[in-house]
Amino acid sequence: MCKECGCGLGGGDVKIGGHSHEHDQHHGHGHDHGHSHSHAPAPFKLDLNRSLMEKNNLLAEHNRGFFRAKKLLVLNVVSSPGSGKTTFIRETAVKLAGKLRVGVIVGDLATDNDAARLKTAGIPVIQITTGTVCHLDADMVSKAAAQLDLDKVDVLVIENVGNLVCPADYDLGEDLRVVLLSTTEGEDKPLKYPPMFHSAQVAIVTKSDLAAAAGFNRELALANLKRVSHHAEIFELSSKTGEGMKAWLDFLVKQRTLSQQRTAGPI
Amino acid sequence: MHEVSIMAEAVRMAVEAAQAAGAQRIISLRLRIGKLSGAVPEALEFAWDVVRNGTIAENARLEIESVAAICWCATCQSEFDCQDFLNECPRCHNLSGDLRRGRELDIAAVELE
Ligand SMILES: Nc1nc2c(ncn2[C@@H]2O[C@H](COP(=O)(O)OP(=O)(O)OP(=O)(O)O)[C@@H](O)[C@H]2O)c(=O)[nH]1
Ligand SMILES: [Mg+2]
Ligand SMILES: [Zn+2]
Repeated sequence: MCKECGCGLGGGDVKIGGHSHEHDQHHGHGHDHGHSHSHAPAPFKLDLNRSLMEKNNLLAEHNRGFFRAKKLLVLNVVSSPGSGKTTFIRETAVKLAGKLRVGVIVGDLATDNDAARLKTAGIPVIQITTGTVCHLDADMVSKAAAQLDLDKVDVLVIENVGNLVCPADYDLGEDLRVVLLSTTEGEDKPLKYPPMFHSAQVAIVTKSDLAAAAGFNRELALANLKRVSHHAEIFELSSKTGEGMKAWLDFLVKQRTLSQQRTAGPI
Repeated sequence: MHEVSIMAEAVRMAVEAAQAAGAQRIISLRLRIGKLSGAVPEALEFAWDVVRNGTIAENARLEIESVAAICWCATCQSEFDCQDFLNECPRCHNLSGDLRRGRELDIAAVELE
């Protein structure tokens, strides 16, 4: 914990790939005042007008520049807990084998169960356990990415912490934000969590094999999705049966080709 | 609970500004939070009580200015109040998702001594 400014809160117990990471202690505070400190403390107001997301946004742009230079396609996969992110990412990696190499950074509050499940697909995986933090941020992703051999990866998938609220505000430097909505969790999720659904470029309706059993109202769910995620590309699929996966995989291959043609952006 | 991270960042920026200005203490801290930012003012206030401990903002006052959401209609070339990310213009009834205000997560000002 940084005593100077109390910034350590929320960053102290993050573990990346099994190693603890101390929260950054140095912020480069400028101290050049060019005058002595003998003046009496008279209250004064200082306008700052700065975004509280500034530091994360800057780090996210660094990540984006780095990922582009590496010619990676980077996905940030978000959803409620249990919507099927890990299963979906694993199936995507398995079905892309031989075409594109997938690497995964997976975030959870605790346990490395998801990393273990993903590793059974024979792909490189780094687990981030966030402790109390309910989202991944750009700094955690940059440290995790440094532990992956990115020259052996074409598509880097980041599985965010299962949460539809907090990850919405944190840009990680991804190309595409992919939000999952499973057929077992209610058609009105996009209306309840508009910032997350609005910020996604891809929306995936998962567990389509369970739609009938869950009494899923497909038309209503799609209408809600189109209302909130009106610019998003929508796919309907089941990671279990593979139904609908092909359209998603074709889309990914196309996006990857586009990302290869792109030059590294200015950092 | 990302309000804790947001509040911690607010305190970090306030302390940084105070130190750069040679101030000893933070008297107040003013945030500007958009209605559609995803951050809940009550949760920010709760987080505030935790993150200011042990800093020079320990006894500071927190002010949260809420910013209403405003959408832009390209057809009418004008703004209108909105509640959501996709809204119907009250004049021409076209849909617009061009949010001009309401997503703010800013530190507006600090009062120092
Ligand atoms: N029937 C069916 N079950 C699925 C499908 N996708 C995932 N599941 C099941 O749903 C449960 C949760 O899936 P996960 O992949 O662990 O979900 P997650 O979003 O990664 O969960 P968290 O990381 O805890 O947020 C598991 O029991 C999966 O087997 C699907 O398409 N069909
Ligand atoms: Mg998972
Ligand atoms: Zn109009």
